[in-house]
Amino acid sequence: MSDEHKKESAAAEKKAPLHGLLAEYETPWQLLEAAKKVRDAKYERWDTFTPFPIHGIERAMGIRMTALPWFVLAAGLTGLTTAILLQWWTNAVDYPWIVSGKPFWSIAANVPIMFELTVLFSGITTLVGMLMLNGLPLPSHPLDLKERFARATNDRFFLLIQASDPKFDEVRTRALLDETRPVVLDEVLEDRVTSDRMPRGIIYAIIVLATAGAIPLALAAKARFTKSRDTRLHIIQDMDAQPKYKAQRQNPVFADLRAHRPDVEGTVAVGELRDDDHFYTGKVNGDYARTFPSQVALTDATMERGRERFGIYCAPCHGLAGDGDGMIAKRAEYLASTGRGRGMGWVPPTNLNQDYLRQQPVGQLFESITNGVRNMPAYGPQISTEDRWAIVMYLRALQHKSAAK
Amino acid sequence: MDAPRHDNPFALAPRGDNPFAKITDNIARIAEAERPPRAWYIAFGVSLALLTLFLGSLGYVAWVGIGAWGNMMPVAWAFPIVNFVFWIGIGHAGTLISAILFLLRQNWRTAINRFAEAMTIFAVVCAAIFPGVHIGRPWLPYYMVPIPNQMEMWPQFRSPLEWDIFAVSTYGTISILFWYMGMIPDFATFRDRSKTTIRRLAYGLLAMGWRGSSRQWHRYERAYLLLAALATPLVLSVHSVVSFDFATAQLPGWHTTIFPPYFVAGAIFGGFAMVVTLAVPARQLFGLKRIITLDHLELMNKVLIATGLLVGYAYGMEFFIAWYSGSMYEGFTFVNRLFGPYAWAYWTMIFCNVLAPQLHWFKKIRRNPWATLAIGVVINVGMWFERFVIICTSLARDFLPSSWHYYVPTALDYMTLGGSFGLFFTLFLLFCRYLPMVAMAEVKAFHPSVLAHAHASGHAAHSHGEIRN
Repeated sequence: MSDEHKKESAAAEKKAPLHGLLAEYETPWQLLEAAKKVRDAKYERWDTFTPFPIHGIERAMGIRMTALPWFVLAAGLTGLTTAILLQWWTNAVDYPWIVSGKPFWSIAANVPIMFELTVLFSGITTLVGMLMLNGLPLPSHPLDLKERFARATNDRFFLLIQASDPKFDEVRTRALLDETRPVVLDEVLEDRVTSDRMPRGIIYAIIVLATAGAIPLALAAKARFTKSRDTRLHIIQDMDAQPKYKAQRQNPVFADLRAHRPDVEGTVAVGELRDDDHFYTGKVNGDYARTFPSQVALTDATMERGRERFGIYCAPCHGLAGDGDGMIAKRAEYLASTGRGRGMGWVPPTNLNQDYLRQQPVGQLFESITNGVRNMPAYGPQISTEDRWAIVMYLRALQHKSAAK
Repeated sequence: MDAPRHDNPFALAPRGDNPFAKITDNIARIAEAERPPRAWYIAFGVSLALLTLFLGSLGYVAWVGIGAWGNMMPVAWAFPIVNFVFWIGIGHAGTLISAILFLLRQNWRTAINRFAEAMTIFAVVCAAIFPGVHIGRPWLPYYMVPIPNQMEMWPQFRSPLEWDIFAVSTYGTISILFWYMGMIPDFATFRDRSKTTIRRLAYGLLAMGWRGSSRQWHRYERAYLLLAALATPLVLSVHSVVSFDFATAQLPGWHTTIFPPYFVAGAIFGGFAMVVTLAVPARQLFGLKRIITLDHLELMNKVLIATGLLVGYAYGMEFFIAWYSGSMYEGFTFVNRLFGPYAWAYWTMIFCNVLAPQLHWFKKIRRNPWATLAIGVVINVGMWFERFVIICTSLARDFLPSSWHYYVPTALDYMTLGGSFGLFFTLFLLFCRYLPMVAMAEVKAFHPSVLAHAHASGHAAHSHGEIRN
């Protein structure tokens, strides 16, 4: 503070009305005793100022318990409710998403975040509530003009009775404080020096920052409600551009310009050679084979395998005995003769025990299974080659059985 | 005043005609000095260099991708997660000292709580960076925050990794609130002592107009108690949640119910080790020997023995359960820890965490600041290796022998780890230089003369014209 400024403020202080009387003590216990006297004298607008909390000052001053814990409790419950609603709504209602078979909503999995949000809300409320109940932040106070008062945050203990107190009487209050034997008893004047207005610089800074802060929001709002032909601004390219050619694209390196290179002629994948016509196609020199290939042994095991596969793939339509009366055929017939399906066309599955099928070479039966016949689909992709031969073997057995009847 | 020294760590606190002013001077002069000690400049220079290394290595990884690290399947977590758990563990001591010791009325905490809290916050800052980089695309961590977005997707709250986000961010926030609230009266002291406008403005803004009114102190103390009560379960929950990241996975060596208490004990152990590591040089450098006394160091060393034994017990119990469960895979994992490819890391951990703290059974070592410092550093190394052992040995030998892999970190991994210490120490040294390093108001409130008076009967009060010595 410059000297000129000091004089000015001193002149201003002279004119200022009294704010209160300030007593200074050297030790906390002197202050405690003084506080009890002021309390007993029934003053209302007074306070003590100490560098650290004094044990027992609440009782000496008659301070009532603060309501802060109730605010914190309310905030904690709000946090808990927020966590429950947030997790339930996002994970069980708005975007249910199956993860590891866990239920969308269960208390156990959601406890940690309930706990964290309860603590978070309570903690923030504790600090903010403490500051608000204490009337902080408080930029200026008449006591700030007292140079001596700076020791309130260091090593001295102060008691202030405000002039606005209904019981305040300059003479009698001074006498009361004198009795408590303070080191110094002093008048505090109202602050007429410090401007009540916020400094211009701060106001401008707030305006500029608020305006600047609104720009991104405005741009986001504009983007939401307008259309644009420009491509999206893509600051971070992630893996959008990769130095590689995709299938179906052009690649100038090759004469045919195909990026996806065809296999070299004669390429055979491992296990895909299939150079045994009899086994894989059921044909020998272009005619249907009348014998089973050497890979298929006429054993109980093969027959049992064929029975099993026949039951899975063939019996639903052709029936367990191959008579063309499987469950699907029966159901279709029933629907075609009654109710909704009446009059609809239905090609029944073939009765496999007809003569012309009995006389067909096994190679032809094999080929029918592999590639399908009429509206029977191809089973080649579903049933392995060995299993198809096993089915043919079992079918031949069924046909022999029905012929013997 | 002649109580045994262990019962009263304040026996050495400044005395004389005006002990309060001496406490203020002793602490405020650190921040008010025109120049900090030369050692501060050296330490700050080294820390800044490491910080540059840290930012550089993170930037490089962000640019080229995390393939620059040694992480390779099946060891996908490796250094970044080891470092994350290491730092978040260190970040436990501060709030433990502030909150739990406060509730337990361990008044000796007032000498060390402030910078332990600061240490906590800086450790959480270091920790938070690692998962953010480890996700590979460090510009996308907001995916884990429940904010409405154009994909109309929400985070998955049944995952422990999501719990982690909430636990660590809540812990960071509450720690900062606690730290800041504790500093408000001290900021006011700094403001009232400031000689320049800039200092008055800066500390004045931070103090928010605190003037030490008793009506305000009443609410302040209530708020402090509430925050302590809130932070106590929080500090225990954070490392529990971190341990869920492992315990809810089905990997042998991770899938254990002992993890939450084991991790919390380890975190307190490592955190206290870091506190003594920082306290010894700090008291030496800034002349705080009469505030952070040998008694304080001794008490912290006792905490180290206790938590060290807890951690040792957890190591043993893991082996017992591996055998008792009869699980072949669990058994293999633990034998593998002892004798497998990472046996060197396991035995380093056992030496640092279980054997080294046993030296503190000797009073001479416990009360020797340099031995305290050395053992503190050793424990920090050990706690880092504990996380390395848990993460890397379990992942490197998983269910499929065909995918086994011996993880070797790259130079960049080491640079990132070393660099994170640069961030930590830069922040810590700035804190020592500019903020109240010791909670002045609290130290004054627990000064022997005040305590003696508070315990004496209230009626005798008027007879005390001055502070007893």
